[in-house]
Amino acid sequence: MDYLSQVNALPLYLIVAAILLFILILCTVFLVRSYRAGIAIGMDPKILKKTITTSAVFTILPSIGILVGVVTLSGTLGIPLSWLRLSVVGALQYELSVAEIAAEAIGLSGLKVSEMSVGAYTTVSLVMTVGILGGGICTLFFLKKYLKKVYRKPKTLSQPESGKQGLGSIAMVAMFIGLCTAYISSYIGEFVNHGTYMPLFTAVAAGLIMAVFVFLGRKPKFRWLENFDVALSMLLAMGAAVALNQLV
Amino acid sequence: MNEQQKQAYFEKFNRQLHILGKVMLAVSLTALVAFSFIAGAIYHVMPEWKGFLLGIVNVGIIYYPVAIVEFLVYSPMLGVGGSYLAFLTGNLTNLKIPCAMNARALSGVEAGTPENEIISTLSIAASAIVTMLILAIGVLMIVPLQPVLSSPVLEPAFDHVVAALFGAFGVKYYIKCPRIAVVPFVVMTLLCIFVPAVLNYTSISIIPAGLLAIAVGWFLNKKGLLGEIR
Repeated sequence: MDYLSQVNALPLYLIVAAILLFILILCTVFLVRSYRAGIAIGMDPKILKKTITTSAVFTILPSIGILVGVVTLSGTLGIPLSWLRLSVVGALQYELSVAEIAAEAIGLSGLKVSEMSVGAYTTVSLVMTVGILGGGICTLFFLKKYLKKVYRKPKTLSQPESGKQGLGSIAMVAMFIGLCTAYISSYIGEFVNHGTYMPLFTAVAAGLIMAVFVFLGRKPKFRWLENFDVALSMLLAMGAAVALNQLV
Repeated sequence: MNEQQKQAYFEKFNRQLHILGKVMLAVSLTALVAFSFIAGAIYHVMPEWKGFLLGIVNVGIIYYPVAIVEFLVYSPMLGVGGSYLAFLTGNLTNLKIPCAMNARALSGVEAGTPENEIISTLSIAASAIVTMLILAIGVLMIVPLQPVLSSPVLEPAFDHVVAALFGAFGVKYYIKCPRIAVVPFVVMTLLCIFVPAVLNYTSISIIPAGLLAIAVGWFLNKKGLLGEIR
């Protein structure tokens, strides 16, 4: 049995389905209990129902974008793990970058199907899971205390001076710029030093397509494209890589 | 129900929600971690611990601070139920937060009130349920395509999926704040060209690249030169 058949085997689908069913039931419990509590404290049932329906409709387009992400991940990590990770906890950009880091940590040249094995898959998936637990762990252990403190003192987060941004948002954006820069510059280095052009070609193609999406997304009638920009840029660039590989 | 009774009822409701949320998170996170071991047990392999530790250190340096900032910023907006659900079901910044903010704006409730907590919990629960259902239906449709997805013709596509991600994601973030991006991009590119040994340690070079970007962002912000982060 080859690697992709192993990571797409039926038992893995069943495990993922069981985990997701459990979480789906819990979400439904939260929804029903909150709806009843809203009624009990005198909220208008029409507003509660409207919240549920508008949130459901709001979610449809981004979810289709996330589904496209499942396709892009499934070629290297199989459908069950991609399905699990993008249904709960994860996000496409996180999963792929962490999987790449984990693959390099176990001595592979990157997240490549040709180098993957089930052993590597278990390590990569474990790094992906543990690496994203920060938010869950904070919520599990500190949410109660933190919210009590915040609600007692409504202004806990310092307001930046006018014309300046909060350091938290700068650090988050800068961190991701650093992450992308490390990889993009390595593709340039690979090309200049070893003549390896495919990663750079794919990254440039994806970047150009993303630039078009960002440009279009600023026009009100194309704003919906924001739900698909990362996943579609990646898919089209991956298509370009296949086309170039066929031509060369 | 007068204001005092409402407050007492809501406090009791939130206490129950904390218990339910903690149990839900603990069981779900354990199940997510267990997946890797169960998958390994099926094929009689286990995660490689040295690789795991190295990987988790590199990943943790980037993502744990991000997770802490997200927790500190978003949980007061989401309230008790919304936070437990959002931090479990993920896709936080790209879906759950905008969805909850949209629901809040439409219903006209204020942050920090019991009504806001109810609205954000309903919104995130509905959003998570819809995402899981759409993905489940989508996966049923993708499964027949599996032989096509595994075909050797498509191998270059999946072998370069990470390059596609960083190309797309990179441009998205560079456009958000080009002034932060210029210095790290030039420095890291020169380093990769003139010190080729760096190419063997890309996952480690994320750390200096990230720190340099943060330093540039902090400096520009301090001087009031950062501009708008879009």
